[in-house]
Amino acid sequence: MEKTASRQAIRLFLQRYGLLLSYGLVVLVLSLLSQRFLGISNQINILRQASINAIVSIGMTLVILTGGIDLSVGSILALSAVISAALMKNGLAVPWAVLTAFAIGAGLGLINGLMITRGRIPPFIATLGMLTVARGLALMYTQGQPVTGLPPSFRYIGAGTLGSLPMPIVVAAATFIAGIILLRQTRFGEYIYAIGDNVQAARLAGVPTERVVNLVYAFSGFCAALAGLVLIARLDSAQPVIGQGYEFNAIAAVVVGGTSFSGGEGGLPGTLLGALLIETLDNGLNLLNVSALWEQVVKGVVIALALLLYKAIGR
Amino acid sequence: MKPRLKFEHIYKAFPGVQAVRDFSLEAQSAEILALVGENGAGKSTLMNILSGAILADSGRIFLDGEEVMIDSPRRALELGITMIHQELALIPQMSVGQNIFLGREPRLSTLRAMVDWKELYRLAQQELDRLGLKISARDLVQDLTIAQRQMVEIAKALSYKARLIVLDEPTSALSEREIETLFDLMRSLRQHGVTLIFISHRLEEVFAVADRIAVMRDGQLIGVKAANEISRDEVVEMMVGRELKEFFPKANVQRGALVLSVRGLKRGKNLRGINLDLYQGEIVGVAGLVGSGRSELARAIFGADRVEAGKISLNGKEIQLHKPEDAIRLGIGFVPEDRKAQGLFLGQSVRSNIVISLLNRISQLGFIRFKLADELVEKMIRQLNIKTPSVQQRVRNLSGGNQQKVVIARWMSLNPKVLILDEPTRGVDVAAKAEIHALISKLAGQGVSILMISSELLEILGVSDRILVMREGNITAEFSRKEATQEAIMRAATGQVDNQRLSLQSQTV
Ligand SMILES: Nc1ncnc2c1ncn2[C@@H]1O[C@H](COP(=O)(O)OP(=O)(O)OP(=O)(O)O)[C@@H](O)[C@H]1O
Ligand SMILES: [Mg+2]
Repeated sequence: MEKTASRQAIRLFLQRYGLLLSYGLVVLVLSLLSQRFLGISNQINILRQASINAIVSIGMTLVILTGGIDLSVGSILALSAVISAALMKNGLAVPWAVLTAFAIGAGLGLINGLMITRGRIPPFIATLGMLTVARGLALMYTQGQPVTGLPPSFRYIGAGTLGSLPMPIVVAAATFIAGIILLRQTRFGEYIYAIGDNVQAARLAGVPTERVVNLVYAFSGFCAALAGLVLIARLDSAQPVIGQGYEFNAIAAVVVGGTSFSGGEGGLPGTLLGALLIETLDNGLNLLNVSALWEQVVKGVVIALALLLYKAIGR
Repeated sequence: MKPRLKFEHIYKAFPGVQAVRDFSLEAQSAEILALVGENGAGKSTLMNILSGAILADSGRIFLDGEEVMIDSPRRALELGITMIHQELALIPQMSVGQNIFLGREPRLSTLRAMVDWKELYRLAQQELDRLGLKISARDLVQDLTIAQRQMVEIAKALSYKARLIVLDEPTSALSEREIETLFDLMRSLRQHGVTLIFISHRLEEVFAVADRIAVMRDGQLIGVKAANEISRDEVVEMMVGRELKEFFPKANVQRGALVLSVRGLKRGKNLRGINLDLYQGEIVGVAGLVGSGRSELARAIFGADRVEAGKISLNGKEIQLHKPEDAIRLGIGFVPEDRKAQGLFLGQSVRSNIVISLLNRISQLGFIRFKLADELVEKMIRQLNIKTPSVQQRVRNLSGGNQQKVVIARWMSLNPKVLILDEPTRGVDVAAKAEIHALISKLAGQGVSILMISSELLEILGVSDRILVMREGNITAEFSRKEATQEAIMRAATGQVDNQRLSLQSQTV
């Protein structure tokens, strides 16, 4: 029966470092298969590509920690991006345009929250509604046309660099750090975990459950808007169809990162690693000239494997 | 004859805790063996090993002389071992009958793939009736009271026709009458040769029903004695390893000004116009059968449920309570009856669970001052003697009694003006119970007004300055500490009211 003790030790180890281990494994395999993979420029490339999804995933992590889900992030991203792009084209100063995008993102997120807390609509349905509505508004507003030729000062956040680091990475890192502080150092973060763990007990313990949930969805909307700005700044073009399917990538990063769908368990470090892992796979398959269609399949399989692993190690 | 059950040198460790060490014990057929010990002594762990929920690190288990390897709950059932778990494990959204036959539903003889619902509900009802329960097999579990759920859990375990039945604190949610039914049933099972292992922190019960008593401390077997050869005090001494000055050291407190006053509180058939006054430094006990409206009263005063009518005043001022937050802000605290569903965040740390309600006070600009939090939590852990390897331990990993203490700690650290306690010592061991009672007394001494609901008459009688009895949504009697007796309370709770005692109620209606 000695075996059971060591089995337990292995399980504990996997719970803590399993994700890091899989990441290391993927990196190892890819670096053996392709010489270009480990190069510093490719690695920075991966980070830059991952940063948009990472920013969206930060908001998504908070949402999933409360036991909810936000399907509307891609649409919110698009709507806030096209509106602020149009405003900039029409001569509005960049800071104001950026703030408008934030307000739209957070505002739509807040509406998600209110539908859930006041309207008692399940998060899945409420944010699915927002997904269609916001996308529809984005298409209507632009009449399907992209907005291009954004001011250079704005383009800096997407195309510029700080030192030798591309700005998207800097923005993602800053958001990530802010998110970690929010979750781990503040009352608000503590409330998020409590609500995800047991809403009823949270209410009886005096946690302002509705307010917290509203704010969490608002934060998710804010993150989507931020990601949208970085994205259009990099592309120098705001199309009403951007961000489609981003909710899937964000949710994937969060769950691969070990945050439990039932809420109250997990956190941002996992999400970051999850986003990196997914992007690294994408990148590696690209380098190996695997078709884009296969990429989808591989991504799906990785997520399924991660969930199976969590189940097996009792997370 | 071979013993029914034999443990040989069982060991089990969790990170930071040796939960069971070198445990050997035998149980005979047709025997009721009680297993007692302090919170965290390792009782549930040992029984979980027996029922296949967890694996031992080492050691052997024999059943009727044969060594068995119990590596899953299913295997345990095949071997004829069933267990009633300390924490309820029914599925709330399913019916009682579905729960009882979960995973072994009777099938239609014509079409084996289909469940024979009629037969399922007939068999389930039979099990329920056997226990004298007024529950329909078609009721949803979520509509049952916690006591009824416990009885369903018992009915489910009995329906397996096992040769060994483990009951882990089955009585902590039950009232006297249901406990008697359960004991009668246990005795009749014993007559049929079944072995029962019974865990309880209420030693009166242990002595009432058990043939032998095994005492555990720190994961070890301290001793096992025939129930009629050992006294209650000796058992307690074996449990805690020292002599314990027990039982409700109620300090005499001068009753102060009127603090909380409730008038005409109504909510459906659970609260039919309740009037209640609570003075400073006073402990008011609320007795009554399960379902008499006691818990609903507590929840209403705490703002957890909407009421249809009624006024609540605090220090002479009428207050409006829309949600628990409002009550907490005004200095009202509440320990709910069901710690798992209403009290705890099982996946979070001991620290998070204790400080959650007072984060407002220990944070600055929204940032938690962790040093302050840790000091506070360490103090509560010491004061309530909570057994945990660290403040970071997840509450899920604590023993049942220690979980209860965590909830109590949360509300005590809040320094409320009014503290409402619904079954505060459920599942708590004798020593800790005495500590909690002492703490309640001390709080009252500091001027806190306390409303304590309990199904344990001895607890009510020992702690309260004044006792209210509820029945069917009304307060049917009021006793001072001096006048109260167990018989009088039971009479009022069951319906033979003594009219003169209705002083407060008749005055104000
Ligand atoms: N899954 C777990 N992980 C870590 N520690 C655990 C786990 N389960 C139990 N423990 C620890 O093992 C010890 C024994 O716990 P156990 O639940 O067996 O106590 P108990 O005797 O049943 O107590 P109670 O009377 O409070 O129910 C405790 O210190 C508890 O914290
Ligand atoms: Mg236990």
